[in-house]
Amino acid sequence: MNTASVSLGASVSSQSRLMQLAMAALLGIFVVGFVGFSHIDAVHNAAHDYRHSMAFPCH
Amino acid sequence: MNLFRNVVFVAAIAGLVAGIALACMQAYATVPLILKAEVYEKAGGGHHHDLAAAGTNNNATSSAAPADNAMSSAAPAPAEAAAPAEDEGWAPADGFERFGFNVVANIVTGIGFALILVAVSEFAGGIGNWRQGVFWGLAGFAVFTLAPGLGLPPELPAMPAAELLPRQIWWISTVAATAIGLGLIAFRKSLPLAILAVVLIVAPHIVGAPQPDSFETAIPEGLHHRFVVAVTLTDLVFWLVLGAVIGVVRGRFTGTATSLRDSFA
Repeated sequence: MNTASVSLGASVSSQSRLMQLAMAALLGIFVVGFVGFSHIDAVHNAAHDYRHSMAFPCH
Repeated sequence: MNLFRNVVFVAAIAGLVAGIALACMQAYATVPLILKAEVYEKAGGGHHHDLAAAGTNNNATSSAAPADNAMSSAAPAPAEAAAPAEDEGWAPADGFERFGFNVVANIVTGIGFALILVAVSEFAGGIGNWRQGVFWGLAGFAVFTLAPGLGLPPELPAMPAAELLPRQIWWISTVAATAIGLGLIAFRKSLPLAILAVVLIVAPHIVGAPQPDSFETAIPEGLHHRFVVAVTLTDLVFWLVLGAVIGVVRGRFTGTATSLRDSFA
């Protein structure tokens, strides 16, 4: 794909680009996983309505 | 770390906008139904307490009465039950605090989903405008709501469900398999890979989601159906808004997105 001229970080090498995108995706997965899947009671209770409304397995 | 910073920046704005939009929709569409279901949940809990109390009170007078009392005490829940009683540990107080935490959860996970969507779409050339964003949003909806929702429909409090951990594992596996499948269909122009993609998307549902032993519940079926519809539609709008905002913000950011306009959407 013709990404070089229009990507968000135009000047980075392809390996560094891969690393940075992977890090961003992992950060996103961690955030969603922590709020949506944590077994810690306080986290579960705080995000309770959100978990139900987003159809995450809850309880 | 130029690229990483830009991805986080775009995702933060899109997650903030879509998260606030979703929280507002939930306040009208889904949370009232959750609160209604909690009345049934507490009615179940209250019922047991009444049963115990009735039993001790009636031991002194007559031995035949407790059963009758137990039947009559299955009345609607008392309104005094204010906090989520079943869970241990800290919980936000009902009303504004609970709403506030829901907004925070929506924004935080909105940014999380946006990070995933931006990062993955950058591999395919990036989301160039709001229209491409809508298509990426549809894909996100299919992966994160539609596919896992087929096996594990959105559940209300007090509804029967299988063990939590196996359901979470099935949920995550289904999301991963569906995402890979859609990616193969969209970005690999090969028939065998397309067939593999269909297999990947269907397989979790052949394996089947963990189901409870019994589906018996006090929750009326109509209430649950309304909840499933409300969750599915609010999630759909969330994903469309998320994708569209990413397209707009990213376009402003790169300033050169116009050449991508017709590449995908």
